Amino acid sequence: MKLNLLIFIFIFFSKFSFAKENIIDPNLIHKNLRCLVCQGQSISDSNSDFAQTIKLVVKDLIDEGKTEEEIYSFMSDKYGDWIVFKPQFNIQNSLLWVLPYIFLIFGGFFIFSFLKKRQ
Amino acid sequence: MQKIIKITILFIFLFVIGIFYVSLTRDTNYNTSNLINKDVPEFQITSFDESNFFTRDDIKKNNYTLINFWASWCAPCKIEHPILMKLSQKKNLMILGINFKDKELQAKTFLSELGNPYDLLAKDKNGKQSVKFGIYGIPESILVNKELIIIQKFVGPLSVNDYNNIIKIIESL
Repeated sequence: MKLNLLIFIFIFFSKFSFAKENIIDPNLIHKNLRCLVCQGQSISDSNSDFAQTIKLVVKDLIDEGKTEEEIYSFMSDKYGDWIVFKPQFNIQNSLLWVLPYIFLIFGGFFIFSFLKKRQ
Repeated sequence: MQKIIKITILFIFLFVIGIFYVSLTRDTNYNTSNLINKDVPEFQITSFDESNFFTRDDIKKNNYTLINFWASWCAPCKIEHPILMKLSQKKNLMILGINFKDKELQAKTFLSELGNPYDLLAKDKNGKQSVKFGIYGIPESILVNKELIIIQKFVGPLSVNDYNNIIKIIESL
């Protein structure tokens, strides 16, 4: 009885966790893709012909089992990094990602030493 | 201490100016340069009469192929059509026309009125195939060689300069 219960719990939770892993929200992807023919709109916001086509392709890619990252990578490959709102980490934009942290650390250190000296 | 503050403020000021300069001079328009020298993507596109499919193998048969996305409702496609007609006379070049989100009857009328420059004619009813080629509006054309490498991509209607450019490439063989 105990074993059956354990098996049931294992199957239930493993299925639940697998189901959770496989769900990709297409709207989230649409919001993170830029409409190239619109003025500052995402694919999600736009009703343009281009946006409609991209929505269809995103749906197909999800159905094919592609992950969110793979879909962004596919789109960047076809249209360049400009299509993705969240830029990917690479050498060209590494400063963009690293500088805020450097500023935060140095800024904190600077303020701390400044206040300490005043006291 | 005063000196450090002044240097820091100057550094931040120069940094902000630098960011503004880079951002404002950056070309944010869609750039096709990342597709050049890449392989033609795998595709399977329905022929216009829906009797068969075209794939990368059909491109391999020719020295050069110009893949042209067009539609009867697209006014700039009419502008570039005479250039396509001229290009269709070149032996070294095959033209694959992909009719984009169009109605069959209107596409047929377009071709019967202006002439058919296409050696192969396909259709992309919902535009999904066009995404594989990085198309975001029509007309767009892609020049591909026998090795299935994208040599050039033309966004917008083909101009006389583009025509000369294509001729130069295909006659350099």
